[in-house]
Amino acid sequence: MAEMLKIDNIHKTFNAGTINEKVAINGVSFSLEEGDFVTVIGGNGAGKSTTLNAVAGVWPVDSGKIYIGGDDVTKLSEHRRARYLGRVFQDPMTGTATTMSIEENMAIAARRGKKRRLTWGVTKAERETYRSLLKTLDLGLEDRLTSKVGLLSGGQRQAITLLMASIQKPKLLLLDEHTAALDPKTAAKVLEISDKIIADNHLTAMMVTHNMKDAIVHGNRLIMMHEGKVILNISGEEKKKLTVEDLLHQFEKVSGEEFASDKALLS
Amino acid sequence: MAILMFLDPMALVRSMPGAVAQGLIWGIMALGVYITYRLLDFADLTVDGSLATGGAVAVMLIRNGVNPWVSLLVAFLAGMLAGFVTGLLHTALGIPGILASILTQISLYSINLNIMGRSNQAVSVDKYNLVVSLRYISESAKVRIFATCILFCLAIILLLYWYFGTEQGQAIRATGCNPQMARAQGISTNFHIVIALMLSNGLVGLSGALYAQFQGAADVNIGRGAIVIGLASVIIGEVLFSKLCEGKRFAFAYTLLSVIAGAIIYYIVINVVLWLKLPSDDLKLFSAIVVALFLALPYLKGKYMKKEKKSNG
Repeated sequence: MAEMLKIDNIHKTFNAGTINEKVAINGVSFSLEEGDFVTVIGGNGAGKSTTLNAVAGVWPVDSGKIYIGGDDVTKLSEHRRARYLGRVFQDPMTGTATTMSIEENMAIAARRGKKRRLTWGVTKAERETYRSLLKTLDLGLEDRLTSKVGLLSGGQRQAITLLMASIQKPKLLLLDEHTAALDPKTAAKVLEISDKIIADNHLTAMMVTHNMKDAIVHGNRLIMMHEGKVILNISGEEKKKLTVEDLLHQFEKVSGEEFASDKALLS
Repeated sequence: MAILMFLDPMALVRSMPGAVAQGLIWGIMALGVYITYRLLDFADLTVDGSLATGGAVAVMLIRNGVNPWVSLLVAFLAGMLAGFVTGLLHTALGIPGILASILTQISLYSINLNIMGRSNQAVSVDKYNLVVSLRYISESAKVRIFATCILFCLAIILLLYWYFGTEQGQAIRATGCNPQMARAQGISTNFHIVIALMLSNGLVGLSGALYAQFQGAADVNIGRGAIVIGLASVIIGEVLFSKLCEGKRFAFAYTLLSVIAGAIIYYIVINVVLWLKLPSDDLKLFSAIVVALFLALPYLKGKYMKKEKKSNG
């Protein structure tokens, strides 16, 4: 088993030196083996999404190192790091280009990390590949290859973004609360698709979520964060037996506070 | 009613070929504006400077014995250089886009004066074998000038249609539509912003060079308010023809055609305004009002439509 992601003691403070100073990540370290699917949970401002953005290279970290598939990517800019990563965002608007067609979005994703040349953007052969990939979603999108993505619903867009993230197998799939903006039924469907794509492609994945139940049900590992630190790192058999009550209990024990997010309990 | 007696309908008819030719030439500039404003989502005011640069470069080259066709190519390259500067100011130096383009535009004013040595330079169709000239409009050779202008426009539309279908063109469109998505897909947004600004201003420079030959002179002030004319063309084209283009095969080519059509309509309207003997001093004010109206129209329509049917998600 190869180590796919290694985060080594990273720190990030936003607006350092101003009254808005916020320590977002305060010494986070963990690593993922190939094929690991970790769910990351925690209250608002715990640093979950910030950690994920640090891995994605949205901005440079203040200190610490990040390795993906053994390569030190700490200093790589976001678009250069993209060749290692598949990403799905919280806002369904973020993952796709709305004024472009479904096939164009997929073609752009198929060329992730490659040089953009002056050859035609979507070939006939790939069109067929995309059609069969879309068919696996079972959303009727396979007949709408040339439709603008802007015409699709949030759930459909997240499903397409998931496909896009996996067309070219990434070393690591980053899911940033990607079902939080969807209605419960659609969210369940998108989660189901996520599980399937991760399993079918044997992906290593990291899923940030607000929802404790989702965090327990999905993946083989679970990380809980609080105030920019990892306070819980569970895997294997222990993860399988975990319940929401256990998690709440653990959270109170480690943090000395009550779990502050109503959303996590209610949803 | 009395005023209508002074208006000569034949004069209006006579002015139309000129208006259409002007629309075709400025339509090339409008295509440049379309690239930045619509595809890249970048308000690029470099245009006002690079249009005059294209004209200045072409006229000075022709006066120095360079082939007028070659001068068009060099004007295109000069425009690209202007776009490159705006792109660098924005991406490498972090200056907000609109401000970066204003800085380039202002500096181009001085540069254009330096290129020409004074504020305007003539180039006579009698002395040089120009690509297009106003002079032919009223003569038998007017078929040639229209053929030239139309072929130019069609060739550029064809090239743009191809380019924006390539991997690189798609990367530019993704950058303009959703930079976050673009970066997540490994697209260098900075690189593609610069490329798009260069292509756009290249077309603007080419348009300026054609227009200078058409007019028989280059003028340092020719570009003043060009961006407004470009926007007007883009928006008139959209408002009038977007329904016709939507969902069609080659929809993008039709959209580009509609930009040219928008420019032609703009010049026809301007000619009507002049024909009505409205003071030409007020033309820029009139243009601005037209653009403001057409810009506001889709917004107001959207606002009204939203109230009509709220649930859609």
